[in-house]
Parts: sequence; C-alpha cells; structure tokens
Amino acid sequence: MNQLTLETMIAVFEEIFGRGLWWIMVAVAAAITVLYLYVLIRDRSMSMRKFLWAQLSMPFGAIAAVLYVQAMTSSRFSDIGGPIDVIMLLGIALLGAIGCAILVYTIQSLFRGKSERPISEQPTIVG
Amino acid sequence: MPHHSSFIASRRNLLKLAAATGAVGALGLTGLVRAAKTIPTNARIVIVGAGAGGTALANRLVERLEGAKITLVDGRQEHYYQPGFSLIAAGLQPVGYSISKTRDWLPSSVTLIAESAADIDPVAKTVSTTGGQKLDYDFLVVAPGLVLDHGAIEGFSLDMVGKNGIGALYAGPEYAGRTWEAASKFTEEGGVGLFTRPATEMKCAGAPLKHTFLVDDIASRGGAKGKYEAHYACPQKVLFSVPIVSEKVRMLFGSRNIAPHYGHTLKAVDPGRKIAFFETPAADPSTGTAATSTVEMPYDYIHIIPPQRAPEVIRQSGLSWADKWTDQGWVECDKQTLRHLRYPEIFALGDVAGVPKGKTAASVKWQVPVVEDHLIAAIEGREGTETYNGYTSCPMITRVGRAMLVEFDYNDNLVPSFPGIIAPLEELWISWLMKEVALKATYNAMLRGKA
Repeated sequence: MNQLTLETMIAVFEEIFGRGLWWIMVAVAAAITVLYLYVLIRDRSMSMRKFLWAQLSMPFGAIAAVLYVQAMTSSRFSDIGGPIDVIMLLGIALLGAIGCAILVYTIQSLFRGKSERPISEQPTIVG
Repeated sequence: MPHHSSFIASRRNLLKLAAATGAVGALGLTGLVRAAKTIPTNARIVIVGAGAGGTALANRLVERLEGAKITLVDGRQEHYYQPGFSLIAAGLQPVGYSISKTRDWLPSSVTLIAESAADIDPVAKTVSTTGGQKLDYDFLVVAPGLVLDHGAIEGFSLDMVGKNGIGALYAGPEYAGRTWEAASKFTEEGGVGLFTRPATEMKCAGAPLKHTFLVDDIASRGGAKGKYEAHYACPQKVLFSVPIVSEKVRMLFGSRNIAPHYGHTLKAVDPGRKIAFFETPAADPSTGTAATSTVEMPYDYIHIIPPQRAPEVIRQSGLSWADKWTDQGWVECDKQTLRHLRYPEIFALGDVAGVPKGKTAASVKWQVPVVEDHLIAAIEGREGTETYNGYTSCPMITRVGRAMLVEFDYNDNLVPSFPGIIAPLEELWISWLMKEVALKATYNAMLRGKA
C-alpha cells in the first residue's frame, strides 16, 4: 500500500461490513455519542453508580466485538498467529468494551433519570 | 538574505531561520501545486484493455490532462476483480463478488469502445477494432491482460469445470464458482486432490498455492478429514520464484502433508478415468541424453491452470520480445519504465508487459503511476523520472483465517510494507484480514485512480 488516506480507510470499512451496514453502524455510534454527551451536560456530573454498571458491561462488549469481527471475516481464535494479531484482537476488544460502556451509561441516564443517589454523594462542581 | 559571520541563537535569528525554512517549504508547495495542475494537450491516447491497469490509468490521466482524447478499447463489458477468484473458488465469497461494470469505473470524459482490438500498427500508429473502427493515436498503452490457453491441455475444456472433480478458477468468476462446486465435494468426500500450475509465466503465481492451501484446510476440517491426500504438481524446480518464500512454502507443505511434485507439466486429462498426464524430464535410458517421459497421476479433484500468453493481437502486431518468451509473446518494454523499447510512444501495463515479475493487481498499482509519469512527461517534452522496481504483493493465504503478506521486487528481495509490524513469512490473522476485506477496497480506490 503506498497511499493510505481517509477515503481508502472508509472504503475498507464499507467493504468489511457492506456499505449499508457500515454507515448504519457509524450513524448508531454517532447517535450514542451525541446522547452520551447530552446526558453528561444535562446531569453536569458522572454518576458513579451508572458508571459501575457501565464498567461491568465492558467485558461483554469486548467479547461481542471480537466475535462480531470474527463472524464478519470467517476467522477464529486459532487464526491468531503472532504478536500483531494479539494486539489487533485486544484493540478490537478495547473498542467493543469502551463502546459498550458508553452505551450502557447512556441508556441508564436516559431511562433511569439522573437522581438515583443522595445529593451528598454527588461531586461538587466548582466554577 | 545577508550572511552572518557567526550564528547567535537569538530570538531574531531563530525567526529568520523559521522564515527561511518557510520560504523553502512554500517553494516546495508551489512545486507540488504546479505538478498537480492540469496540462493542456490535444494528445490522442488509446488504451487497449479496461482492466485494472487501463481503468486506473484512464482515471489518473483525466485528472492530469486537459483536452486529451482518451479512448479505451475493451470487448468485455464486465470488470473482474481477479484477486477475488481464490476466495470464490473456496466458497468464501459469492460469484458476484468479483463482477462489476467496466463503465461504472470510468469518468464520463473517457470514450469506451466496447469492442476488442483486432490489429495494432505501431508504425502507422493505429488501432483497429473487431467492429471495424480505426483509431489513430499519439500514445498507446497496451493493457489487454493475457489469455488462458485452455486448449493446450488435451482432453480438457471449460464446460467440464465443476463436474467430475475438475476445477479451473483462473477462467473467470463463474468458473471460480463452479470450481468450488467440485472442490467442496472433495472437501466432504475426500480422495486424491491434485493441484497444478503451468510452465509459462502466469498471473499471480501465488494463486495455485492459495487454492491448494485453502482446499486442504477446508478438507481437514470437513467430512474429508483423514480421508484425503493433497498433491501439488509444478513444472518448476521450486514452489515459488522468490527463494526465501519458496522455502517457507516447502516447510508449510511438509507440515501439512501436501506432497510436492517438481518438474511436472500438465499435458492432458482423462476426465472419464480421472487421470492426469504430466510431462516430466527424464534421461533416455539408452543414450543418456535429456528426454521427457509421461507420468500418470490419478485424482478425485484436480485444479487446472493452463499455459498463459499475450493476446493474439499483441503477438501479431510485432510488439512482443523477439528473443524472450517467444512462445508467450509478452510486450518488449523497459522493465523500469514499461516503455516499449522500439516504439517510445507505446507503453505496456499489467499482465501483458514483458517484465520478469508483476502479473498481479498489486504490481499494476505500482506500474500505473510510472506509466502516467512517463506519458505526461512525453506530452510535455521532457523525460519522466518514476521507475517500477518489480514490486509485487501476494497475500498468500495458508488457511481460512490466515495468510502471509509476501511482498517482493525484481531482485527477489522482500519489501514489506509494514516492516517490524507485519512479518512477511509468518502466517497471520491480520494478513488474512487484509486479503479478505481490505484488499478489494484498496483495489477499488486504485481503479478510481486514488491509490
């Protein structure tokens, strides 16, 4: 490869998932990110209880992301052949974990509201 | 700018230095901008062949030239993504994966003549088509690909593909699909799998190995597990032209129990009895002189790759090498610039080029900017500077889910794109991901002239 541009990268992802599915995934990811920012701004604080649930969901997100990529690329765990493959696998898992955490946090904030802890436990916002 | 007797690292001097660097940077930028500006010309450029090379070049020339009359000549309406054939022939992609419309890849300003080239006259500078059109050119790019000489295999014809254990994935997407029909039966039922390659130069010399590895891998997981054997018969004395890769493949064959048979050239098949006939070198028992003998090998599944040659129109036009590959007719050209050695206004591109390596899409990707540079330089009345070093890439699939990203040049040197990160001779998942998913996207970007 002698030229790796954003355009090429987008084309690569369209190829992996199919154009429709890829852009749906991008739209969903963008929507969740916007909603996440929305609840953060609305609540003006991170809820540690919600964040705990978000953290607990991370391993599931990691595993789901890996299995999803494997299913899309006719691959299995036994195909891991070297260090770069392990890094690749961990990278995918990490993305899945973070994505899942944000998703779970956002869903809780949207559907369970912001006040589920005593006011005294919430961090003080200065300024 | 005045010279200072001594350099004092004061703020002022630093500012001057920054200004000077900025000026150099700006000059460089101006140079770049000028290079990217379109060049006015009324040159008539004819490109024979709208495959990977012809299409990518046309798209790039349209970006660079203003007013050029660019005409592509290709009788086939469909564009084939040929690197996908190996995946189709292993049941990993559908037939449609490799088929698109040629016209969809071309800018509207390019004329596509949906006829084949019938005659090229390099002296009169004309190309005649099968439909009787005659095109005058100032510059000609020959990129018609190659032809598969199926008739050279006695007893074989393309209508046999997919039945009675016969596969031939090179013949096109449909045949690659039918190849999987025959191969999948083998991977379920077992028996003797026989994989071949021709004695001539060929496109993607890794593909015969990939098919062997893939079918073996699928059989080892499928119903044929423990009930099959795999044989690889090749006319050459090695498994791959690059020695270090050949050795690696030999070791992989050893570990997978795939038996190599060197010096075996497929000559004929008997589909009824399921026997293949190979010509092998042998010494005449009475005189001791070199001779050939015929070896019979039985099969339950055979993969046939016929001899490959330049299209007839090239061989008849006097563009071929007179002293090299005389039975194959590849275009005589400089291996660095791809420019014809006798007709400087003609360039060869892709499979048809008479260069030692490079009958792959990856080579085309590196050849196109070279031809573009020299062609545009010729229009501008100067010499081009880009050179092609024989770069070829072969994502050598060794299993479903694993591949080796083998990249090399004319000198059989490995030239990895990602040194220290993606090892070329290691079977890696990431290399498989590149072949299975990233390659087509990169290829498509290349067709559009973007990569």
